[in-house]
Amino acid sequence: MEQTKEKLRAFLTRHIAGRTIADEDQIFASGFVNSMFAMQLVLFLEKNFKIAIGNEDLELKNFQSINAMADLIERKTPHSQNGSNS
Amino acid sequence: MEMTFEQQRLRTAFREFADAHIVPHANAWDRAEHMPAEAVRQLANKGYLGAVLPADCGGAGFDMVGFGLLNEELGRGCSSIRSLLTVHSMAALTIWRWGTEAQKAQWLEKLGQGEAIGAFALTEPEAGSDAREIRTEAVVSGDDFLLNGHKKWITFAQIADLFLIFARSQRGPCAFLLERNTPGLVISPVHGMLGTRASMMAELHLEQCRVPKQNLVGAPGVGLSHIASSALDCGRYSVAWGCVGIAQACLEACLQYAGQRKQFGSLLRDHQLVQRMIAHMVVGVKAARLLCHNAGQLKDAGDPTSIIETSIAKYFACRTAAEIARDAVQIHGANGCSSEYPAERFYRDAKIMEIIEGSNEIQEITIAQSACQQVADNAAIAR
Repeated sequence: MEQTKEKLRAFLTRHIAGRTIADEDQIFASGFVNSMFAMQLVLFLEKNFKIAIGNEDLELKNFQSINAMADLIERKTPHSQNGSNS
Repeated sequence: MEMTFEQQRLRTAFREFADAHIVPHANAWDRAEHMPAEAVRQLANKGYLGAVLPADCGGAGFDMVGFGLLNEELGRGCSSIRSLLTVHSMAALTIWRWGTEAQKAQWLEKLGQGEAIGAFALTEPEAGSDAREIRTEAVVSGDDFLLNGHKKWITFAQIADLFLIFARSQRGPCAFLLERNTPGLVISPVHGMLGTRASMMAELHLEQCRVPKQNLVGAPGVGLSHIASSALDCGRYSVAWGCVGIAQACLEACLQYAGQRKQFGSLLRDHQLVQRMIAHMVVGVKAARLLCHNAGQLKDAGDPTSIIETSIAKYFACRTAAEIARDAVQIHGANGCSSEYPAERFYRDAKIMEIIEGSNEIQEITIAQSACQQVADNAAIAR
């Protein structure tokens, strides 16, 4: 989980330049991301964590913070103990 | 960048289709401000309206480079019919990417086969580049939403069966599938545009349009950030390749004209100032095509950088098409200002491309921000 969060933090830092992002910081509420960021983030999650994000996942709450995204990845990862895979 | 054997095969097929069914009619469609149903049917019969959908969803199963090549060849013939491919693909791809299973079952096969035409309804009289300003409202009413508002400049809305439409709600921006026959939806044709005149543009007036909750695409709140954004990425990519087509068409028209037309006792192609313009065209077309190809390969790889690379390709291709079309009119002289030649249509259509799917200025802001982020990232790594 911590490794996942660090990967997420590294990606987010590139898109929210010069800011330190805590696990619970609300990314979309920060106002520091542009209109293309959300789709870049989805593609990053899919490619780097080998998950498929679909309609059932497409809620802002799943992408709002590092914690939320780490939970989403955990749920979507095939070997996850407590989540379903799609 | 080399094309695969399959991509080369597709390109040949697309080019032959455009030469046979589009190029001979494009000027007439433009003058009539109308796209004949037969032209749309021919596109559907070839499976091209399902270009972005996998074969198991009723689509053609092209990769994104293949889809790009189709846009180039259609765009070389007629930007209006290419814009049909653009908006229809935006709707189809969105449903495939983000739709519910029920939405996919209801629409993908129909859209892929061209039995239904899709369109993209985001822009409003007061919301252009700043989509956050949309005023169309969606209010919950029992098991439905009630939509009220006004959409403007909606490409192919005159014939679309299904609209991917955006509205604001109490829970944030929403995306809906809105069927043409929905009571309360009034579609008013728009005429007299500068370019892409045969793109069957219309305004949508929504008054108490009742849309089932099942027609919501994604959850409330992600309508702009994810749904519109991913559809517009597809649109930018399509337009970028379409601009390569416009530029290629200008180049071919100029080579033909300059090889026939004589002034001061010699062919135009032997005048050095004309040669300079042709050289700029050759280089511009090749560079734009390479940027589009690069974006397509990144899309096929699911790479996050495909988003910004598509923006870069769109920006360069649109500017290049506009510059080349201006020079094409110049080389043609008075003939270039006449509808007897296609140069003036290319010129008008190219201008539109600098405005739609993110204006040049919006692309400049995006590209510059991305570059600044990259510098900050490199500095952080160095520390």
